[in-house]
Amino acid sequence: MKKQTFTGSNSLLRSLEHEGVEMIFGIPGGAILPAYDPLLDSPIRHILARHEQGAGHMAEGYAMATGRVGVAMTTSGPGATNLITPLQNAKMDSTPLVAITGQVGTAAIGSDAFQEAYTTGLAMHCTKHSYLVTDAGELPNVIHEAFHLASTGRPGPVLVDIPKDVLNQPTHWSEPSLAGLPGYKPTREGHPKQIKAAIDLIESAERPVLYVGGGVINAGASTELAEFAVAVNAPVVTTLMARGAFPDDHPLALGMSGMHGTYPATTAIQKADVLVSLGARFDDRVTGKVDAFAPHAKVIHVDVDPAEIGKVRQAEVPIVGDARLILRALLDRVLSLRDAADAPRRQEWFDQLDSWRKSHPLSYDQDPDGPIKTQHFIERLHALTNGEAVVTAGVGQHQMWASQFWRFSRPRSWINSGGLGTMGFAVPAAIGAKAARPDDLVYALDGDGCFQMTFQELITAATEGIPVKVAVFNNGGYGMVKQWQSLFYQGRISATSLGTTIPDYPNLAEAMGCVGLRVTHADQIDVTIEKSLSVNDRPVVVEVVTDPDEMCFPMIPAGGSNDDIAMGPEDL
Amino acid sequence: MQHTLSVTVEDKPGVLARVSAMFSNRGFNIHSLAVGPTNVEGRSRITLVVDAPELEQLKKQLHKLVNVIKVQELEPSETLEAEVMLVRVSCDPHSRGEVADTAALFATRMIDLSPKSMTFEISGTPEHLASFLEHVRPYGIIELVKSGRVALKKQSDVSTSLIGGGTR
Ligand SMILES: Cc1ncc(C[n+]2csc(CCOP(=O)(O)OP(=O)(O)O)c2C)c(N)n1
Ligand SMILES: [Mg+2]
Repeated sequence: MKKQTFTGSNSLLRSLEHEGVEMIFGIPGGAILPAYDPLLDSPIRHILARHEQGAGHMAEGYAMATGRVGVAMTTSGPGATNLITPLQNAKMDSTPLVAITGQVGTAAIGSDAFQEAYTTGLAMHCTKHSYLVTDAGELPNVIHEAFHLASTGRPGPVLVDIPKDVLNQPTHWSEPSLAGLPGYKPTREGHPKQIKAAIDLIESAERPVLYVGGGVINAGASTELAEFAVAVNAPVVTTLMARGAFPDDHPLALGMSGMHGTYPATTAIQKADVLVSLGARFDDRVTGKVDAFAPHAKVIHVDVDPAEIGKVRQAEVPIVGDARLILRALLDRVLSLRDAADAPRRQEWFDQLDSWRKSHPLSYDQDPDGPIKTQHFIERLHALTNGEAVVTAGVGQHQMWASQFWRFSRPRSWINSGGLGTMGFAVPAAIGAKAARPDDLVYALDGDGCFQMTFQELITAATEGIPVKVAVFNNGGYGMVKQWQSLFYQGRISATSLGTTIPDYPNLAEAMGCVGLRVTHADQIDVTIEKSLSVNDRPVVVEVVTDPDEMCFPMIPAGGSNDDIAMGPEDL
Repeated sequence: MQHTLSVTVEDKPGVLARVSAMFSNRGFNIHSLAVGPTNVEGRSRITLVVDAPELEQLKKQLHKLVNVIKVQELEPSETLEAEVMLVRVSCDPHSRGEVADTAALFATRMIDLSPKSMTFEISGTPEHLASFLEHVRPYGIIELVKSGRVALKKQSDVSTSLIGGGTR
């Protein structure tokens, strides 16, 4: 047989292999066709999604479960536009992603050719960076740069758009370099002067709080965080993105803060005299009304992205760099001044926090004969799995309950859409996570509304042999939006009811090659969960019929101060 | 408040779009913009005059763009600035002599002459251009076009503050 010419497509695959890519989530089409041919001969596994948004979220789930770069590949035009939501989602949550999109031939660009979209223009606002490759010779460097940009500094999505003729162009592959990035030099080490200043401030604090964000998970800094929290004897609050960065059963843990955070976590920040922000970004869901946020606190702000510092809240001690290296440096500095055991006691502060824990716990009421409360199901699932699962979530009440009631004990066990709040994230993200970590139990905790946005990816899971488990909390609608209508729109329920009977979830699941289960009574929860755990050759969908009127609390009304935290509707 | 920013970028397609998109994304208005090559191959300089209350966040956001190499804020007192303007002044054979005299004082070049107008090319500081406009305005300005401002940091220690700024 005649020796095949080495083309741009071969170079692309060779580059992806060079970056250590083990799987790609994607859907082929005209413009990307050439790349799908050498894929057949590559050790890289391709997982065929049913919608490009699903492919993107799978790549995110893969990345969030592992810390490695997730890869999605689609065709031009609609393939690329369908990827926009995952790209923006990954941008908001700082998830390392590389998206490869086909593009119409170079000569046709700008001519409104079939399936043409100005992909790099669209991507400009929802990626960390993007490339249009105009010569196959650029591919080794471009792909190498894309992976470097996606995974270093503040991680994020990078898009590489490749015209079809470039994929077909004869070329050769050479060892890539980063020489093409003269302006990109993320800071890693914290400035020693700032490290000292930070420790001085923390040591003299009476009411310090460590406010931990997703950056700590991205930096792989959980071990350092735990050591540091103990060494300085300060309580730890985790944001939605940081659930799992610090174990919830640790005596210093206060749980999540913010709009639906715990009373002790949110209130501790309000009363703190020193707030140490680690890889967090003072998101409006955390701060509430900014002017009233942590009004007594001097702020130490650690972030790898200099633009985060001072963006929302002025910091007394800004430290730019990698959270793990900085925590290590902070720890070294404390221990150079005193023994670990000589940390300030702060008895009054801890007594205060304890009293808040006792007076304002998270709570719900499960009537044994009444409708199932999502919170109760989540607690039972945690108990029956010993918390040894990766859980993903959609967006809404079920997401907040999952973040409140799952007792997290390790990083990368919580995968959700925080910054963008993308409904439909849970199922494809779970598939990506399970593909990445086949030996771990991956359970999607999804709402009925969210499930209806992306459930077709369960067909992907069933056909690709990725046995995820999905609990669909069927409260008959868009619970979170309905909650707002109940509380702030005089109970006028507009366009938030989905009904509870259509679709028939177990049947829908079975039709997609999954096992379908349904639980309607609290006393059947445990057996149903056990049944779901016993199936390992196929995905399982458990419809959990839940109380349609249950509301999620604590809650801080939009635009309100965090001092106005409501424990129930009576407080609003 | 107007600020002048000098942004050194890689000379690659789409860089200008990224820079200007960053401003529009964050709701800031670009007052003037000039872009061109520098003495270093593969590097361009974008000089921007922007209306913004403070620049810190904008500078950091510019830095986040992968193709941006350097961001410099140019303080008016330590900056050499220039703009180019083409201006068409209305005149008839009677007033032509006066207009030409005024234009000569400002070191302009006359680049087009018609029975009803004279067109000048003038370059210099924004003040220099503004001053020229003041002097020819009474004759009637038919049309004008201005380039974006270009700027460099001063290297000499000479201060113009004592003599109240200047033209060149
Ligand atoms: C793509 C998208 N569209 C709309 C919304 C607005 N939204 C936020 S939560 C929500 C309801 C979610 O319903 P469900 O998945 O059933 O969760 P529940 O609140 O009932 O637990 C909606 C519509 C969103 N976040 N994302
Ligand atoms: Mg619902």
